Amino acid sequence: MLNGITIGQYFPGDSLLHRMDPRVKLVLTFVYIFAVFIPQNWLGLALAVGFLVFSVAVSRLPVKLVLKSVKPIIPLIILTSALNIFYVSEGVHLFDWGFIHITTQGLVTAAFIAIRILSLIAGSSLLTYTTSPTTLTDALERLMKPLKVFHLNVHELAMMMTIALRFIPTLVEETDKIMSAQKARGADMESGGLMQRVRALIPILIPLFVSSFRRAYELATAMECRCYRGGEGRTRMKQLHMNARDGACIAVMAALTAGLFALNFIVPAAL
Amino acid sequence: MDDIITARDVRFVYDNGEQEPGTAAEPVLVLDGVSLAVRQGEFLALLGHNGSGKSTLAKHFNAMLLPTGGQVLVRDMDTADEEKKYEIRRTVGMVFQNPDNQLVSTIVEEDVAFGPENLGIEPAEIRRRVDDALKTVGMYEYRTHAPHKLSGGQKQRVAIAGILAMQPDCLVLDEPTAMLDPRGRREVLDTVSWLNRERGMTVVLITHYMEEAARAGRVVVMDDGKIRMEGTPREVFSQVEALRAIELDVPQPTELCFALRRRGVPLPEGILTPEECAEAIALLMEEPPCR
Repeated sequence: MLNGITIGQYFPGDSLLHRMDPRVKLVLTFVYIFAVFIPQNWLGLALAVGFLVFSVAVSRLPVKLVLKSVKPIIPLIILTSALNIFYVSEGVHLFDWGFIHITTQGLVTAAFIAIRILSLIAGSSLLTYTTSPTTLTDALERLMKPLKVFHLNVHELAMMMTIALRFIPTLVEETDKIMSAQKARGADMESGGLMQRVRALIPILIPLFVSSFRRAYELATAMECRCYRGGEGRTRMKQLHMNARDGACIAVMAALTAGLFALNFIVPAAL
Repeated sequence: MDDIITARDVRFVYDNGEQEPGTAAEPVLVLDGVSLAVRQGEFLALLGHNGSGKSTLAKHFNAMLLPTGGQVLVRDMDTADEEKKYEIRRTVGMVFQNPDNQLVSTIVEEDVAFGPENLGIEPAEIRRRVDDALKTVGMYEYRTHAPHKLSGGQKQRVAIAGILAMQPDCLVLDEPTAMLDPRGRREVLDTVSWLNRERGMTVVLITHYMEEAARAGRVVVMDDGKIRMEGTPREVFSQVEALRAIELDVPQPTELCFALRRRGVPLPEGILTPEECAEAIALLMEEPPCR
């Protein structure tokens, strides 16, 4: 029952987006997330969305996959849209009933915000679809290195993330085994009320916890045997190199951002 | 200097730690005066049942545990010397029982690189060592796979590669096959034997499987924190009764020949493999019994 879980939703491929330096990709994704909030007019928003569509095309990911990523946030979008529709009272009133007013301006704002959120989520999902969790962790570690100044141990955080990613499948497998074992002894996990079901989890969680501690101890021993002593004096096999391709990507993103700003001055605001 | 590891009269007391008052927390003497030398290039099997102290002894070989009494030297470095700790661990690499609990990374080649990365080796050199180590254990095609998708035997071979990438002088394996199926066990043992034979790697194999110990050049039998027997597999396994006295079995062919000999069948001593056993019995059958 737990086999459906995928972490990081990485979708292997060989596109430009896949081969980009993960650090650049990470930074550019953040830039894009901010960039979708720049446009104040429809033309700008269309440009931002157009860029997203272009990126999806370049990544050669199935469009369905990208659409799937926005599915979980649809309730959120409906909620924010509703709030916008009901709270904005400027513009032509289309519908008045008691304290509820629906105005043209309200509908415009709602649509605008919805599109912004959708492209924000779809844009960031492109990052996780085209970057393996390990690479992403690696990029984070390298990007956050300057934070050492604030005594933040970036290496340890990255190590924890790597180990977590490494052990999730192992622990999922173990949970399955324990569940089967408990079911074989007559444990009932599918019936009863909420409280009863929660209680049925206890005989699964306790063995899982105990074995996790044992695993942690053994892993620590094995790591020590392999001369692990934290991030000090450690080198990395895989070096990240930025090349012309990454430079071009940065240039494109800069142009997009500049363009969006410029459009705000040229085209009258829609909000 | 012929010996890589020298243990001199090693005693180790396992302190149960701070126990609640009232419970009898007797410190346990796990190693009771063990002296042993591991020679360059040999394949040594350390045999004993659970609790005999064999794993504890192994952990003394790379400074994971320090002796309560006595001394352990690795290439003339005292394991008690804190400054030499990492040099010792690089020299004596250790592989453990559960392959799942010793792999760190989500990608095979990055896991193998973990050791050399910790040693601060140049990236290009790490790449070379990782490729070499993975080819040595026959896992090169799997270098970009995720460890959890491999079989037990494959995972254990990746773990061995992770140690080889540190270029140790000696490989200590603590019951590396205990959690594997017969096929995985064969894969791992073949790899270890090959390393010893072809690469001249010094191997210390800790096991309670007699068939595995029979592959070694020298067998050391431990019981109750002491070394009870030492010699070639033939010498050790010919002492069937002495082994039984410390709750150890002998390889099945040896046992069969022992039982037959007791019934008066004139079979030679020191038979270890099924092939030898079959040959010896066939030889007997060829000779006419009444002459």
